[in-house]
Amino acid sequence: MSHFIDRRLNGKNKSAVNRQRFLKRYKTQLKRAVADAVDKRSITDMDSGEKVGIPSRDISEPVFHHGKGGVRDMVHPGNKQFESGDRIRRPEGGQGGGSGQGRASRDGQGEDEFVFELSREEFMDLLFEDLELPNLVRNQLIGTTEFKTVRAGYSTQGAPTNIDVVRSLKGAVARRTALGAPSRARIRELEEEVERLLAGGIPETDPHIGERRAEIDRLKTRIAALPFIDTFDLRYQSFVKLPEPTSKAVMLCIMDVSGSMDQERKNLAKRFFILLYLFLKRNYDRIEVIFIRHHTIAQEVDEEDFFYSRETGGTVVSSALNLAYDVVKERYDPSVWNIYTAQASDGDNWDSDSSLCRDLLIEKLMPLMRYYAYVEITPRQHQSLWYAYEEVMAAHPHFAMQEIDGAEDIYPVFRELFKRQSA
Amino acid sequence: MSTRLITDSSEWSFPLLERFDRELGRLAHEVYGLDTYANQIEVISSEQMIDAYSSVGLPIYYHHWSFGKQFVATEQTYRRGQMGLAYEIVINSDPCIAYLMEENSLPMQALVIAHACYGHNSFFKGNYLFRTWTSADAIIDYLVFARKYIAQCEERYGHDEVELLLDSCHALMNHGVDRYKRPSPLSMAEEQRRQRERADYIQSQINDLWRTLPPAAEHDASRSEARWPDEPQENILYFIEKNAPLLEPWQREIVRIVRRIGQYFYPQRQTQVMNEGWATYWHYTLMNHLYDDGLVSDGFMIEFLQSHTSVVFQPPFDAPYYSGINPYALGFAMMRDIRRICESPTDEDRYWFPDIAGGDWIKVLDFAMRNFKDESFIAQFLSPNLMREFRLFAITDDDLEEHLEVKAIHEESGYRALRQALAEQYNLGTREPNIQVYNVDRRGDRSLTLRHFAHQRRPLGDSVPEMLRHIRRLWGFTVRLGTVDDQGRVELIGEV
Repeated sequence: MSHFIDRRLNGKNKSAVNRQRFLKRYKTQLKRAVADAVDKRSITDMDSGEKVGIPSRDISEPVFHHGKGGVRDMVHPGNKQFESGDRIRRPEGGQGGGSGQGRASRDGQGEDEFVFELSREEFMDLLFEDLELPNLVRNQLIGTTEFKTVRAGYSTQGAPTNIDVVRSLKGAVARRTALGAPSRARIRELEEEVERLLAGGIPETDPHIGERRAEIDRLKTRIAALPFIDTFDLRYQSFVKLPEPTSKAVMLCIMDVSGSMDQERKNLAKRFFILLYLFLKRNYDRIEVIFIRHHTIAQEVDEEDFFYSRETGGTVVSSALNLAYDVVKERYDPSVWNIYTAQASDGDNWDSDSSLCRDLLIEKLMPLMRYYAYVEITPRQHQSLWYAYEEVMAAHPHFAMQEIDGAEDIYPVFRELFKRQSA
Repeated sequence: MSTRLITDSSEWSFPLLERFDRELGRLAHEVYGLDTYANQIEVISSEQMIDAYSSVGLPIYYHHWSFGKQFVATEQTYRRGQMGLAYEIVINSDPCIAYLMEENSLPMQALVIAHACYGHNSFFKGNYLFRTWTSADAIIDYLVFARKYIAQCEERYGHDEVELLLDSCHALMNHGVDRYKRPSPLSMAEEQRRQRERADYIQSQINDLWRTLPPAAEHDASRSEARWPDEPQENILYFIEKNAPLLEPWQREIVRIVRRIGQYFYPQRQTQVMNEGWATYWHYTLMNHLYDDGLVSDGFMIEFLQSHTSVVFQPPFDAPYYSGINPYALGFAMMRDIRRICESPTDEDRYWFPDIAGGDWIKVLDFAMRNFKDESFIAQFLSPNLMREFRLFAITDDDLEEHLEVKAIHEESGYRALRQALAEQYNLGTREPNIQVYNVDRRGDRSLTLRHFAHQRRPLGDSVPEMLRHIRRLWGFTVRLGTVDDQGRVELIGEV
């Protein structure tokens, strides 16, 4: 009569599609929430999910319902002291005002938020949607080409480990069938003759019959002697290596850690790089990141030092550019690597150094670059470096610069710099 | 006696579940005469239960963002531990599908099997509303069809288009049900026969004398500006499906799908108290019977009673967690009370319920289950005894008065008024606003006029502008909504 089914092993994400649709529908609101979240969060936990809220009224599913007013009769349990005809002061708030369950929240004006959690993936997707690294070119490597191994059918030669057993045995069966066929035909013929002779009244001992029986036995031995498997039968799975174009990219992060960069500005710069770093890690598998920090001299450091160590001094931007140039020349052949640079600075620089930077960029660095993004973190007037860089921008269209005033600017500027370029 | 125990363990296993199901089924069918569909009992995990929640308990449903929202919300509250999940979900289908959660202990699983697979199941099969409005054997197939059809539409016409349409249909889902059977269309021959009959009748009544009377003044010239539809229509979705000028055929089909699923849920909205009361009454009765037969242990029974009592607990109105009358509590109490009236009636019961006092309780309960819905069930069977037990009182809240008035309490002079008021509270017709299609300007701008009949001066809530936009999306032309007050005055409250 009853039938039990264990469904526990069935998929549990039956509602995944619905969840995706819900997110899609409220994308704009979610994006805003995500952008706010980026501002508020500390750098270290940028890489996790986020709790976001949407105003309830925006996601309501309206139905016709009664509003306040009019005459209502209600029955309640638990009477203690009321008598028929009693008059009671109207209670404050919702108690007694609702027409039953479920209406109270709708009558409220929806100030509360519908809060829920985004997974890390969903968060990142929203954060970096529509962004891409500009001018990514698939550089075909010639020297150290990368290969991908792909199947290429079967071959008659190969290493024993690659023997395809099924194929080989199929071949063997076919061969045995083919080679045994004439003998089997002859056997059938001889057997029919023996039948015929016996039916004609010839005794079993007759030499004609004995002769034929002997031949049948000989042929059977011959068939049995066919080798079960032969080197001829062996088939090997064949693999070939195809060269693959790579989309390797290297990202140079250059940051000013001089005395004029106070802690707040450094934090802003850090956030910019953090965003950049997460963005790269998400979009491209094969990407290397070089961190260069500088004051009067530039140093290549690891990620930890780049973001978290403290150092101060004056500012000579060209030192970092020179180091960047050396690093690229030494390690990243521009015919092999896509090279991107992001630089953050407060714009302070030795006056005479700015023109040096400009020349360095225009003549040496920019021809190697796919894209160069410069962010200036300053609430003040631009200084010489900005104007020098404006000249660079005029000379090279793949040079971009933006200004960041406060934390709230970082995300919009980041989007602006890396927004997906229409074809 | 202990040798008869089914088990001591409180961990469930499939053989044990089957054993319990066999025992409960035997009692339900043979001792108490319950008539049920076959059961399909599925054990699921809590994640799957959340999935089931978000599709209104249906095992298969089309995709829509609102289910995702529901899912997200349920998942959140569950994860934070603010809410437990229901122990079971049961679907009105044939075979009747019930979900058990794997986290439940054995006593809970037994309770759920008794509650869902014998209680709800027999209610679905017996109650007249379910028999009239739902076809248990076809619902799963229909849901499969609906899901496929809507997925195809999404492919062909785009997600956004379908989603907008579904949004609007969902908004009107409660106004897409038939409350009365629509007469099946007449055949042509029948139509002609009736037409002839009417003509003959008129012919037979002709008296030439009437023609000599002077013609009456054309007093109804203004009224003869014929309205269309002739009669107001309360099934707004049906009206739109059949008459909206601009809908494509596939859109009409989707309107129809939403309407039919709404209709499927319609009986459930009208039988909360009865359905839950019935199921609760039977799990209570069946489990006690098992205990009396010595099949389950004391510990088992204590655990069962612990969940049972929390289900049927009714907090008083002034408790901080009071949220209206608990349908489980009221329904369960009424079912038990009916049995009490049958088995050991007092004089008061004999006066109030002469028909059933001293009757066969199984037959009376079965009759009640089959032929009533919440509203009529309460109006018929709520006894003075129970009103005293619940200490019920009725309050009138008139926004023109400064005070609330206690209209009736649990005393001799108040019973009838109290019962009337409580029954009215379960009348879907009063709970939901009464909105009808009043007129379509067929020769002019094709505008659709809706009328809201304000019962007891109760106005519509603030969702009106948004709702009108939804209706306009479906109708395609101007939509007006007027409120008719108790005196018949019409006031326009929205136009889109």
